Amino acid sequence: MERAAIVGVGQTRYERSKEGIVAELVYEATCRALDDAGMKIGDIDSVVTVSNDFWDGRTISCMAVADAAGCYGKDASTVECDGAFGAFYGLMRVLSGYDTTLVVAHSKVSEGNPRIITNAAFDPIYERSLGLDAISASALQARAYMKKFGVTEEQCALVSVKNHRNARNNPYAHVPLDISVEDVMKSPKLADPIKVLDASPLSDGACAVIFAVESAAAKRAKKPVWVKGVSHCTDAYRLGERDLTYSIALESAARRAYQMAGITDPWRQIDVAEVYDAFSYMELMWYEGLGFCDRGQGGRLIESGKTGMAGELPVNPSGGVLSAHSVLVAGLARIAEAVLQLRGEAGKRQVAGARTALAQGINGICAQQHCVWIVSTEQ
Amino acid sequence: MARRTAIVGIGQTYHCARRDDVNGQELINEAVTRALEDAGLTMKDIDAIVIGNMDHFEAINYVDGWSVDGSGAFMRPIMKLTTGGTSGMTVATAGYYHVASGFFDVVLAIGWEMNSSSDTTAAITTCCQPLIERDFFAGAIGPLAAEYTAYIKRFGATEEDAALVSVRDHNNALNNPHAHLRTRITVEDVMKSPVLCYPIKLLDMCPRSDGACALIYACEGKAEKLAPRPAWVHTIAGSRDFVYMGEPFQHEELITLERASARAYKRAGITDPLKEIDVMELYLPASTTGVKWMESLWVCGRGEAPRLIREGVFNMDGQLPVNPSGGPLATNPIGATAMIRVGEAALQIMGKAGDRQVPNVRTALATAFGSCSWSDVTILRDTKP
Amino acid sequence: MAGTAGETPELIKVHSGAVEVPYDWHCGPYWSRFFRGLRDEKKIYATKCPSCGRVYIPPREVCGPCFARMDEWVEVGPEGVIEMFTVVRLPYTNPSTGEPLSVPYTDVYVRLDGADTSLMHWLDETDEKKIAVGMRVRAVFRDKRTGTMHDIEHFKLI
Repeated sequence: MERAAIVGVGQTRYERSKEGIVAELVYEATCRALDDAGMKIGDIDSVVTVSNDFWDGRTISCMAVADAAGCYGKDASTVECDGAFGAFYGLMRVLSGYDTTLVVAHSKVSEGNPRIITNAAFDPIYERSLGLDAISASALQARAYMKKFGVTEEQCALVSVKNHRNARNNPYAHVPLDISVEDVMKSPKLADPIKVLDASPLSDGACAVIFAVESAAAKRAKKPVWVKGVSHCTDAYRLGERDLTYSIALESAARRAYQMAGITDPWRQIDVAEVYDAFSYMELMWYEGLGFCDRGQGGRLIESGKTGMAGELPVNPSGGVLSAHSVLVAGLARIAEAVLQLRGEAGKRQVAGARTALAQGINGICAQQHCVWIVSTEQ
Repeated sequence: MARRTAIVGIGQTYHCARRDDVNGQELINEAVTRALEDAGLTMKDIDAIVIGNMDHFEAINYVDGWSVDGSGAFMRPIMKLTTGGTSGMTVATAGYYHVASGFFDVVLAIGWEMNSSSDTTAAITTCCQPLIERDFFAGAIGPLAAEYTAYIKRFGATEEDAALVSVRDHNNALNNPHAHLRTRITVEDVMKSPVLCYPIKLLDMCPRSDGACALIYACEGKAEKLAPRPAWVHTIAGSRDFVYMGEPFQHEELITLERASARAYKRAGITDPLKEIDVMELYLPASTTGVKWMESLWVCGRGEAPRLIREGVFNMDGQLPVNPSGGPLATNPIGATAMIRVGEAALQIMGKAGDRQVPNVRTALATAFGSCSWSDVTILRDTKP
Repeated sequence: MAGTAGETPELIKVHSGAVEVPYDWHCGPYWSRFFRGLRDEKKIYATKCPSCGRVYIPPREVCGPCFARMDEWVEVGPEGVIEMFTVVRLPYTNPSTGEPLSVPYTDVYVRLDGADTSLMHWLDETDEKKIAVGMRVRAVFRDKRTGTMHDIEHFKLI
């Protein structure tokens, strides 16, 4: 397989109720990614935009951003999944003859009603009328997971404490906070056992990532970040048909991505990870699915501090999704953050000497789908 | 560089106005099962899946995850793509890139729609920018009707010219067992049918259908083993050069189709499409577009399409048969419609189009139309690129 | 199979009920300026590309062909020509209200004087024999304006 690299990334700040229309957000992220890559729009051969008709409140939501994403005169497409999946399609296009591909995701979650929009992901005939949504379904998962392995609410809260603190070092983050486990425990319940501070915020934003084949990447001023492995996988649809306490889809996606990247020992070979922690318990479950620890050991791992900024494998130095959750954008933002880390451009959130990074995106209710990326400074 | 990639399997459901006998997942599965059978494969052979439809037509969010029971995506990669009317080709194109990139060897692409779940025109109207254009946009029909008024004005085309296209496509559909509408009609029938949006009448416009289509793409090395005559993908090009319905700087042509087809011809080495292409499966949502858009495919000069249509150049026995399947005027499950164009073009290459087969097809072209007058073009051949 | 021989088993359909999915759309600086112009000045403002000089209505930040940011505002209309039109006779559901739309009504694409793109709106004439591409029209503003597209009531033939 030909080698491909990420040569440019751009993000808007993530915040509630951004006043611009989606095209304006996309233009900002796209221009930043182009600047970052030292490119003009004419250097881009193909474009993949990422949007969702429900979140945007508009059929064919991609219509709104063709100008701002620089699609004019180019072959372009649209993925309606989390941005990590959209990025995979961008990578495919680069490996199929386009020298460069821009991937840009946007979302203005603050404009719609997330409960109605995520309720619409449930089967209209069997499940929707039960009133489930992303929060209540995740609460079912959190409870099942915690009960099975004896993971405590305090251990989940540690994730929130760590990530909100990390977010203080990230100028793009929406909710940087200096909070304690007690603060999380005392925050109002959304759906037991999930409390307000266990849940990610509703953030508007956009993120763009530029992929290039080796020959095109070599021309860019900045150090290219090479894609070493990427894979995604899907669990069963209905919650009742899944093992909610462990993600076999994540395990499968990670196994294949590791295999492509030659990773046999994540602790030794991965320097930093950006995972999709939409709720605090998720980060613990993803530790397990990614093979960072054994099943049920996620709570112990967060307690050990090994995934903190000073630990052996810092997870979510950016503050993660708990500190900025622009739905669909968040997986792409994980990749962008991984790139900044590997270039040594992550500012105060920099993990010293990071050479290989993991980024994860999720899609669907209770993360039915996972996408795992391994990127590296080494070819 | 891209790996050589071909279509090796095609599956279509029974298409009709209401599939009360299946739910969405079952409809999808019907197409998937038929495509697998066509290629002589089982689900175990599928490395990845891509799927698409129009979210608001069925009001199901995250269709990729929801589809699993029908699409076979359990413990496999699945990705959703949606771009409006072009969705079917967008998904097919993604199937191609999944293989061409080298990541996957055998990939299933699915387009589907249960149009009967909602008021299609109301649902499609929400594609227009809600604050600016939505209230002045009568679904898919309004803009198509309006653009024909501009074409009539400039080139003196008539409503009867459009009716000839409608008659051609409807009557071609009599040869297609998958077609939704299979009724012989005449120009008089079209002219007498009720006006929906002047100058488009009921028989000028595509129906709303329930249905699904699935295609199987395979890499070089596998494709030749799976199909005696695979349909090789030579090029795919698209243009999405507008954001507002009122944006095209002129309306007599379909500018996006001009640009996309010109790029596709260049890449495929085609200089005279009328002579070098053996059959076209075109996304013609209204008969009027079968007049106006022929020029945007560079098969004739500006204003010449009505004459060629009257001469029967695009009929089954003409120089360049268009829509042997009957096209969208006969069958329109929107998320599948553009994929059916690719599938029908592939069937023509593979020599499996049955009663609608055009003899000796070596080069076939399929188009997609949707969103903000966006266009996509796929060119298939019986030889490797 | 359920159902007895010779009898088609009943096939059940589930109606969702009225599904309301509300949104609060931001207009951003460009559309806001456009809507303020309609509401406060009865004027139609467009943006002009610094690179190619095209004038865009509705106004927007980016010129698609040039990928250039536009920050020059120009007034267009209120008169223009009919670029294309259709008289809508098919009744369908108004997606904004869930109520049936009353027909017939006429959609026009108006190339406002000074603009390079056309604006979609309504024309106050529903007899297609009296409408032709190329006819001149003028925007009719409402007395009570609230900052939406409907501050223009419709266009009328001049």
